[in-house]
Order: sequence, then C-alpha cells, then structure tokens
Amino acid sequence: MDDPEFLSRLQFAITIMFHYIFPPMTIGLGVLLVAMEGIWLKTKQNIYHQLAKFWTQIFGLIFALGVATGIVMEFQFGTNWATYSRCVGDIFGSPLAAEGIFAFFLESGFLALLLFGWDKVGPKMHFFSSCMVALGAHFSAIWIIVANSWMQTPAGYKLVTENGQLRAHITDFWEVVFNPSTVDRLTHALSGCWLAGATLVISVSAWYLLRGKFRDFGEKGIKIGLIFGLIGLIGMGLTGDSSARKLVETQPEKFAAMEGVVETGPDLPLHIVGWMSPETHEFTGISIPGMLSYLTHGNTTTPIKGLNDIPKDDQPPFLIVFYSFHIMILVGCALAGLILLSLLAWKQGWLFRTKWLLWLLVLSVLGPQIANQIGWCVAEVGRQPWIVYGILRTKDAVSPILTSGEAISSLIMFFCIYMLLFSFFIYQLTHKILKGPKVIEAETDDNGHGKLQVPFINH
Amino acid sequence: MFESIDLNLVWFILIGILFSGYAILDGFDLGTGTVYPFIKGDINKRYLLNAVGPVWDGNEVWLIVGGGALFAAFPFVYATVFSGFYLAFMLLLLALILRAVSIEFRSQQPWNWWRKTWGAGFSTGSIMASILIGVAMGNITRGIPLDTDGNYTGTFLELLNPYSILLGVTTLFLFAMHGCIYLIMKTEGETQEQVKKILRPCMFGFIVLIILHTIVTLLYIPHAREGIAQNPWILILVFMAAASIAMIPVFMYKGYHGWAFLSSVSTMGCMMSIFGATMFPHLVYCNTNPELSLTLYNASATTKSLEVMTVIALIGVPLVLAYSAAIYWVFRGKVVLTERSY
Repeated sequence: MDDPEFLSRLQFAITIMFHYIFPPMTIGLGVLLVAMEGIWLKTKQNIYHQLAKFWTQIFGLIFALGVATGIVMEFQFGTNWATYSRCVGDIFGSPLAAEGIFAFFLESGFLALLLFGWDKVGPKMHFFSSCMVALGAHFSAIWIIVANSWMQTPAGYKLVTENGQLRAHITDFWEVVFNPSTVDRLTHALSGCWLAGATLVISVSAWYLLRGKFRDFGEKGIKIGLIFGLIGLIGMGLTGDSSARKLVETQPEKFAAMEGVVETGPDLPLHIVGWMSPETHEFTGISIPGMLSYLTHGNTTTPIKGLNDIPKDDQPPFLIVFYSFHIMILVGCALAGLILLSLLAWKQGWLFRTKWLLWLLVLSVLGPQIANQIGWCVAEVGRQPWIVYGILRTKDAVSPILTSGEAISSLIMFFCIYMLLFSFFIYQLTHKILKGPKVIEAETDDNGHGKLQVPFINH
Repeated sequence: MFESIDLNLVWFILIGILFSGYAILDGFDLGTGTVYPFIKGDINKRYLLNAVGPVWDGNEVWLIVGGGALFAAFPFVYATVFSGFYLAFMLLLLALILRAVSIEFRSQQPWNWWRKTWGAGFSTGSIMASILIGVAMGNITRGIPLDTDGNYTGTFLELLNPYSILLGVTTLFLFAMHGCIYLIMKTEGETQEQVKKILRPCMFGFIVLIILHTIVTLLYIPHAREGIAQNPWILILVFMAAASIAMIPVFMYKGYHGWAFLSSVSTMGCMMSIFGATMFPHLVYCNTNPELSLTLYNASATTKSLEVMTVIALIGVPLVLAYSAAIYWVFRGKVVLTERSY
C-alpha cells in the first residue's frame, strides 16, 4: 500500500480518469456545435442560433475543467515517472510537444472567440472559430493517442544502453506515429468522444421535453444528437472489431484477459455475461461456442493463446480486465439499442411523446462516460505489468527519489480538490441546464454593442 | 536535414523563448490575480477578471508547451527537475487548478459568499503560482545537489532557501507590476484609478527587490559571477533590463500605457535572457559537483529526435503566432462587460 509505485499508479489513475470526464464531452460537443452553427448559418432559423449559444455556454464550463485538470497530466511523467521519462523521452516527448503546438494553442485561442466573440466578430468568423476549436480538440486526441499507442505497440525505435541504463531512441518518426495500434485506437476513442458529446445533448434535450419546456429546442437537440450518436456508434462497432482482431497479435496477454481465455486452444467460446472464479478463472454464464475463435480468426481451428501459457511475470490483472471489457461491451450494446430504437421512433413519429424512451435518453449520457472510462481501464490495466509493452516494466519506471510520504501527500491533495471540483462542476452544470436556453436568449435580445450590462451586481 | 546547425543550442534557446513567453503572458494573468484582493467593488473586480478572461488559458498553454518541449528536447532535465521539485511542483499544479476554476466559477452565482470564496481562490492560486515559479527559478540559478544518475538529492525544505525565496517574492512583485500595467491598458474610469494606486507599491517593491537580488546573486552565486566574467556581453542585457525598468514609470507618468506595457515585457525578456546566458551551457547546475550538471549536450534527446521536433516547430510555431496575434487583436481595447462575461 505505501510503496511509491503503487501510490503513483493510483494517482495517475485518479488524475487521468477525472480528467477524462471532460475532454470526450468537449471533443464530441465541439462537433455538434459546428453542426448547430452551420445549420444556423445555412437556414437562418433562430432556433439553431439558440442551440449553438446555449451549448457553447456548457462547452465553456466543461472546457475549463478539462484545462484545469489536464495540466497535471503533462507534468506527471516527470514528477512520478522520472525513470520512464529518461528511458523513452526521446520518443514520447515529441507527441506531447506536438499536441501543445498543434492542438492546445488552436483550441484555447479560438475558444476565446467562441465564448466571448459573438459581438466581436461576424457570424462566419465565429463559425470558423467553432470549427477550429473542434479541430484542435481532435488534434489533441490524435497526438495523445499516438503517444499512448506507442506505449502499447512500440515501433520506430531502437534500444541502447547508456551508463548501464536502458534508453529507447527514435529511428523513424512516422513509424512511431503510425505504430500498429494508432489508427484503430484513435478512431475507437474518437467514436467514444462523439457519443459522449451526442448523448450529453440528447440527455438534456430529452429532459426538457419531459418537463414540457423548450419543446422545439429539445426536439432539434435530440435529432442532431441522434445523428451524431449514430455516426459514433458505427465508428465504435467498426473500430472495436478491428482493434480486438489486431490485439490478438500485438498484445496477446491483454486479449486473453479481455476475453477470459485460460487454456490455449482452438474453437473457443465467446463469453457474453457471467461470472469468473477469482482462483481458477473458471467461467460460469452465457457463452457462444466457437464464436471467439471465429470472430478473431474467421475460423475455429487457429488457436488463441490463453493465460496458462503466459509466464506469471507477464500476466495482466486478469479479472479487472475481463470485467471491465465485458461491462464496456454491454454498455455499448445497450447504448446502440437505445440510439437505434430512438432513430426508429423518430422516423415513425412517436419519439417525442414516449415518456419511457425519453427517460432512457436522459440516462443515456452515463453510457459513454462509463464505457470510455472502463475502456481505458482495459487498455491500461491490460498492458500491465508493462508501462511500455515489452520494453519497460511499470515497477522499474517510477521516480527513484520519490518517497511514499510525498506520493501520499499529493494523492490526498488531488483526491480532495477533485472531489470538490466535481461537486461544483455538477452543481454549476445543473444550474445552467435548469436556467435553460430561453433565459440566455432573453438576456441577449436587447444587448447593444459597448453597452454595459451587468447581471447579478451585489452592492 | 539540419547538419550544419547546432540543434541542441536551437532548442536551448527555443525552450527559453517558450518559458519567457509563459512568464510574459501568464505573468499578467497571475499579477491580476495577485492585485485582485486590493480592488474594491464587485464590478471593478469583474473588470479585472474579464481583462484576463478570454486569454488566460491560451497563456497557460505556453507552460504546457514549454513542459512538453522540455520533455522532448531535454528529457533528462524534465525528469530531474520535476521529480526533484516534487512537492513544490504539486503545489504549483494545485495553484494553477485553483486559479483556473476560480475564474470560471466566480461570477456564475450572485451570492456574496460564493464570489468571495472564488475570488479568494483566484488570488491565492495566482499568488502561490507566482512565488513558486520564482522559487523554482531561484533554485535553478543557485544550483541543486545531484547524484550520478541525475537525481536530486536534497529535500523539499532545502528548496525553500533564502535566496530562492527572495527570487520568489521578487517574481510576485514583478508579475503584480506587470499585471497592473496590463490592467491599466485594459480598463478605464474608476477601475483604472484603483489599479494605478496599486501599481506604485508594486513597482517600487519590484525595483528594490531586483536590485537586492542582483547584488545577492553576484555575491553568493559564484558560477553566475563566472558566467558573466566569461561572457561580458551579458552586461549589455543587464543595462537593457535596467533601462526597460526605468522606462516603465516614465511612460506611465506620460500616460503611454501601451509603451509602459512593452517596457515591462522587455524587462521580463531581458531578465530571462540574462538567466539563460548566465546558465549556459547548463540547464541544471549541480552545486555539489559541477561535473554532474545537466547541460544542453549531455541531457538532450538524440539529434534525430531534435530534428523531428524542429520540423514540428517550423510548421507549428508560425501558425500559432499568426492566429494568436489575430485573436489578441480582436480583443484589443478596453474591457466591456456583457451577459457572457465572467
């Protein structure tokens, strides 16, 4: 419990998971904002202007939390994982720097225009800013996933020993960028982000409809959300499938843990729902015979590596990965069912008056959040005991001078401040949602240039 | 691709530019936070918040990019400094988080206690960040003890030595002065009058402290003295810094606020250049055994990696400078509060 490695892992997990509540929503919502504002420019219908303005406000709040928690990530490799930084800095640093130069400047610069530029620039320029913010968010996803994918499936490097220490040196930048898992993992993560943004809009809009408020606003929101949700779903299905198929070659240990393969062999069943014994890893539940082998290799004769053929030292935590993976799949399927059903209901015209379906849509915002978090658990816990797969073990990567006292202090500090931030975030988000779009619109109506408007003055 | 160019030197300078950019840009945000408690009246406080509102997070990106570039170009420095200054750095992160969310939350609710609390968060975060940045710079100037693997061998409390704390307080006054000048440019009327009153003690305090700091550095930091002895041209930078500082009150008195701000920018630029030139070729000076110091050659990434980074910078930096300048242009002039303001 009190060793710096465990504490650093826990701290990284807490800080990255908390951070990852926000970027998926801004990445997804950013795209929806572009759509809303684009439709407004094209149709000149005021309702889309209202949508864009309201959701920009929400975007600003989520973005601020994302920035505040994101800065921690940039420096934690140095503070807690100094040996890792020295070992792979030659390769790992450049995607991080590229993320800053290509993504963060773009996002934060144009965000100023997005949030505060409604009266300062023309509608087309404002629309352009929305596009740049969304583009910046996607660039950021690209570079950080390049960096992370390199840790999963390293490529474009050579290993050298300097002063008795292992170092990975870059040999080919494009091999680093397009390492075997980058494209699948990037598209998979982005699909998750689009779903997170889409369900946020769907959820709030459905709630307005249930309350009988802002009808037109809510219906339009749900429609836009469902369309982007569908795109996200299709992306999810395609990329999930190809990720898993690639994984069996690149990281067989992770694959075995995800699918619960204990004994190596052909003709393996696909576990759907069930329970796994912590000692024997015996599975009890519903499985489809032969399906795993078929989905993986297209036949039932090629063997798949199981846990028992993996040396004890190289085994990832089996149960965590197994359960996380299956919960992710189940949540994903439920979400897919819900979105497809809602699309059907929309087409047949009964969506907006069916209360139980709207209630499910209100809850839908949790789906991508759970699946995104737990999906990253699969990816990161499944890579253990390695920090860089096959090169450096997590236990050898921690800062050599870090004491458990220091690690505990920072861990407690982050835990407390993040709990506090989370409650304020939820409070503030609820407040904005309760206030709704109409109020904002009314405030805007008589707002002239240069006129001083100060709501809520306290004297 | 860049055979004839010393890329290590290029990146030594580029990292210096990135961190100077951070100090100059986020310096006025942090300075605004520092003087915020001394401004009376909710509306005046809101003018302050909104003067930095659209730009602070873009300014903070300079720190993030500086950190990323340091990781990429000098991974050994990145690992040594951040693991060595662990607790100090965690406090800096805490301060920056507090500053960020306080700006976002403060004006969202009308209640007095809410605004007071987040206002306190804004100023505490800003003050803490300014001092910690100065303390970190102080320790880098002074040198830190390292072992043969490049790990810091001191403790957290040793980082809080008088020399570094002096630079911490100097930085606090410098940012506060810089922030005031920025605010005078961005506000008018009563708010501006209040800020002008605060500028005087900040400027006076900074001038006294920077003279003290210079004397102490020359007396007690032998390698800094040697650095200047070997490169006497550094004295030109010192004179430029002194001239820039002297011009601030002159421009302020004449009412040329923009020029006063440029003088303040130039002051910070000169100070950072003096810092870089005296440190050269060290990035982290080991004060127990100078042989173990991290330099721009022994602590860098491979040439191949520096080449990649140089291409990234050549593509990215001109774009960043162009649209950042355009965005600052859009938000030029005095702050006006609207319903979307903080």
